[in-house]
Amino acid sequence: MTTVEFEPWDDPQEKPLIHFQNVTKKFGEFTAIDNLTIDIYEREFYALLGPSGCGKTTLMRMLAGFETPTTGKILLAGQDIAPVPPNKRATNMMFQSYALFPHLSIWENIAFGLKREGMAKPDINNRVDEMLRLTRLEQFARRKPHQISGGQRQRVALARSLAKAPKLLLLDEPLGALDKKLRQETQFELMDIQEKTGTTFVIVTHDQEEAMTVASRVAVMDHGKIIQVATPDRIYETPNSVYVADFIGDVNIIEGTTSTIGEDTYAIGWADGLAPLNATSSTAFSDGQKCHLAIRPEKVAISTDKPEGAANAVQGRVLDIAYLGNISTYHVELLSGEVIKAQAANTRRISRRSYTWEDTVWLSWTATAGVLLAS
Amino acid sequence: MNKTSWFNVVSLTLGFAFLYIPMIILIIFSFNESKLVTVWAGFSTKWYGELLHNEAFLNAAWVTIKVAVFSSTIATVLGTMAAYVLVRGGRFMGRTLFSGMIYAPLVMPEVITGLSLLLLFIGIGLDRGVLTIVLAHSTFSMCYVSVVVSSRLVTFDRSLEEAALDLGCSAAQAFRLVTLPIIAPAVISGWLLAFTLSLDDLVIASFTTGPSATTLPIRIFSAVRLGVSPEINALSTIMIAIVTFGVITASLITKHQMVRQKREEQEAVRG
Repeated sequence: MTTVEFEPWDDPQEKPLIHFQNVTKKFGEFTAIDNLTIDIYEREFYALLGPSGCGKTTLMRMLAGFETPTTGKILLAGQDIAPVPPNKRATNMMFQSYALFPHLSIWENIAFGLKREGMAKPDINNRVDEMLRLTRLEQFARRKPHQISGGQRQRVALARSLAKAPKLLLLDEPLGALDKKLRQETQFELMDIQEKTGTTFVIVTHDQEEAMTVASRVAVMDHGKIIQVATPDRIYETPNSVYVADFIGDVNIIEGTTSTIGEDTYAIGWADGLAPLNATSSTAFSDGQKCHLAIRPEKVAISTDKPEGAANAVQGRVLDIAYLGNISTYHVELLSGEVIKAQAANTRRISRRSYTWEDTVWLSWTATAGVLLAS
Repeated sequence: MNKTSWFNVVSLTLGFAFLYIPMIILIIFSFNESKLVTVWAGFSTKWYGELLHNEAFLNAAWVTIKVAVFSSTIATVLGTMAAYVLVRGGRFMGRTLFSGMIYAPLVMPEVITGLSLLLLFIGIGLDRGVLTIVLAHSTFSMCYVSVVVSSRLVTFDRSLEEAALDLGCSAAQAFRLVTLPIIAPAVISGWLLAFTLSLDDLVIASFTTGPSATTLPIRIFSAVRLGVSPEINALSTIMIAIVTFGVITASLITKHQMVRQKREEQEAVRG
C-alpha cells in the first residue's frame, strides 16, 4: 500500500483555493494586517497561529466578508471576493462564542442556512439528519441551545456551519471554551470530519498544541505579518526565526558567533573560557556572524558523568526540577550563568534518580540537534 | 441582613403612606353609596354601572385607547429602529448628537413639548384631532422605547447577527429572523410602557387635541372642575388598574428575561 503525501503547496501545478495578494488592513492608524501574501489549498487544514492581537482573527473575518482589505486582493477559486457580501460567499464560519440562535432548536439552528438557500423541504430534512449523525447529536435535535452542554453546543455550531457544504470553513478559536480533555477529543473529531467532508478548513487559534495537532500547515503570525508557514513538524524542527522557535513549544536559545569548520558545520563561540559548540546548518553563516542556537529541551541529554564522544557537552548545576509525571524538566545553570532546560523521560522511579537539586551534571546534545538562526 | 428596626418600619410606612393613601382613598370612595364624595354611606358598585351609561366618558375612553394603541405602536417601531442604529450603527456623523437628542424628551417639560407640537401642527395646517394626539404621543414615548430596547441590544451578542449573515441572510432577514425574536421581550415591554404613558397623559394631549377628540384624562380634568363625582372616582380606579397592570406586566417581562438570560449564561459556564 502506498500512501500519497498530501502536499499541494509543493506542487507548482496546483492552484490555490485562496490567494491573499499583498493584503493590508488598517483600522484607523492601527495596521492589523501588513502586506500579507499567502496561499491556501483545497482540502487543507490551515492553522493561523499567533498571540492575541497579531491579526489572525482579522484575516479570518476578511475571508468571511465581515471586513474588507484596505489594499490588496483576496481571491477565492480565482475570483476576487472583496465585493461579495458575507451572505453570498461560499464560506461559512464557526464562531468563537458558537453564536447559536437561542430561540431556535438544534434542528432549526442547523437548518437555518439551508432554508435561506431555498432548499426543498425533504432535502433540508435529509441534510440536517446527515449533519446530526456526523456530529452525533441525533437525540438533541429538539432541544434548545441552553439545554445542552458546552461540548454539544460546539458540535451544533460545527454542524450548522458545515450544513451548507461550504468550499471553505472558517473556525475562530473553536475549542477555546472547552476543557482540556474535551478539547483534545474534539480536535481529533474535527480532523475526522474534515477528512470525511473534504472541506478546506482554516482555523484561528492561539493554542500551539491545537494548531500542531489538527493542521496540515501552520502559519505563525506576529504583528500582522506571517513569520513562517510550514507543516507542524517543520515548524517545530526547523523554525526560521527566534520568534517561531520561542512561540512553538519550549526552547533553549544560546547566543554566540559562528566560525566555519567544514561544509555546513560551524563552531559557535558562546562563553569566554568554554569550548565552542558544534552545530550544522544548511543556511550559510559567515565567520564572526552573530547567531542564535535554538535547542529543544527534549534533545538535550542529562547525565552525572561526562558522556563519551558527544559533539556538545557542558557542565552545570541543577537549579530546578519540574516533575510532570511522565517527564521531568531540569533547569541547569551552566558555569557561564546561562540556564538550559533539559527534558528526560522518567523511565525509572523517582527515588532511583541519580541526580537531584544542587547536583553537578553534564548536558549533551548532537551537532544536528539544534537549529542555527541568524539574529 | 439586619433585623428590621423600628426606624426602618416607620420610614417605610411613611413613604408608602405618602405615595398611596390618596389613591387608596380614591379607590375606597369609588365604592361609596352616597353621591357626596366625602361622606361614606356603605358599599356599592353603582357608580361603575353608571359609567357604562355615560356616553361622554365612553367616547373619551374609546378615543384614549385608539390613541394609546396607535401611538405606542408607532413609538415602538421608531424607538426600536433608533435604538438599533445607535447601538449597532458604529460611528457615524452626528451619532453623539443623535443619541443626546433622542433622550432629550425624557427630561423636557411636557408643557414645552406640547406647545412646540401645537405650533408645528398649526404651522403645517394639520387639523387637530385624534391624528395629532397620536403623533404627539408617539414623539414623546418613542424615547422611552428606545431606552428600553437599546439596553437590551447592548448585551446582545453581535456574532449572532454575523452568523445569520454568514448563513445567507440579508441584513433585513437577519434582523427579522434573529435579532427581533431575541429582543422581542424588550420590544414588548417598551410597547407597554408607551401605551401606559399615552393612557394617562393630560398635558401634551390638551395642547394637541381638537374639538373632535377628547381623551379620558382631559374629560376627567374638565369634569373635576365642576366638582368631583363618585363616577370620576370609579373611572380613575379603572385607569389605575389598567396602568398598574401595564407597568407590572412590562417589569415582569423584563425581569423574567433577565432571569432567563442569567440562567442560560450560568448553564453555559457550567457547560
